Amino acid sequence: MSAFLAMGGHGPFIWAAYAVALAVLGGLGLLSWRGYRSAQAEVARLEAMARRGRS
Amino acid sequence: MADLLNRYANPGRFMRASARVLPWVLVCGLGLTLAGLGWGLGFAPRDWQQGDTVRIMYLHVPAAWMAMGLYLGLGISAVLALVWKHPLAELAGGAIAPVGAAFTVVCLATGSLWGRPMWGAWWVWDARLTSVLVLLFLYVGYIALSGAFDDARRGTRAASILALVGLVNLPIIKFSVDWWNTLHQPASVTRLAAPGIHVDILVPLLVSAAGFLLLATALVLLRLRTEVLLARARALQEARVARAASVEGAPA
Repeated sequence: MSAFLAMGGHGPFIWAAYAVALAVLGGLGLLSWRGYRSAQAEVARLEAMARRGRS
Repeated sequence: MADLLNRYANPGRFMRASARVLPWVLVCGLGLTLAGLGWGLGFAPRDWQQGDTVRIMYLHVPAAWMAMGLYLGLGISAVLALVWKHPLAELAGGAIAPVGAAFTVVCLATGSLWGRPMWGAWWVWDARLTSVLVLLFLYVGYIALSGAFDDARRGTRAASILALVGLVNLPIIKFSVDWWNTLHQPASVTRLAAPGIHVDILVPLLVSAAGFLLLATALVLLRLRTEVLLARARALQEARVARAASVEGAPA
């Protein structure tokens, strides 16, 4: 296990590369999901107001 | 062609179709990425020259392919937006650019972390690295320009022109390793002759690349759905303002 983590002495570079990729892509995924949910909520709010305005 | 374009120009149709495929694309993308990266980290052989650092390749190369492929997608959607005023394409650029920028950052960061132990430098100003940095600036420029106008469609038009001009950068990235002297190694997968890469390394690389492709697709679909919803919100807001104005303006 420690040999696997050490990666022939290059462990810090290799694991840092995987950590950066996870942080950047995971972060973008999280932000995209939150943006999607808030856009959904905004449309629902405006549609409800439009319905009230019409009746 | 025009018929096909019109069929998918309808945002309602896009919303129904994307809702159906998005979960599958995401699950398959996560599965393939984990399989490809796990294979690359734990089971693929180390390189005879580069040792274990070659394991960074399973991230770096697919990220570079996505960075370039997404830019091609940005260029195509810019053409569709400028020439045909295709309503989905006008929104697609805004969905693609942040995803492309993220993969470009991953490509540059992993390349830097690979360059330090192998070349002795985090960064060198050679043709390949510089042209990929320009790619990042093109993505950032697209995002900034499309948000710089009060009228969203004018912003899209200005940013689309930038995206088209920036297309010349793609062949420069691709052929930079052949045209100029560089530390960066030349292409070893996409050669006309057989790939110069052993199958034990090639297969996990392709699995990881397929996973990245599906993850990029899922992100673009999710962000395009968001853009469609935001466009609908803008339209509802404008209708509300117009209604309020007509009520105020009506004679008592």
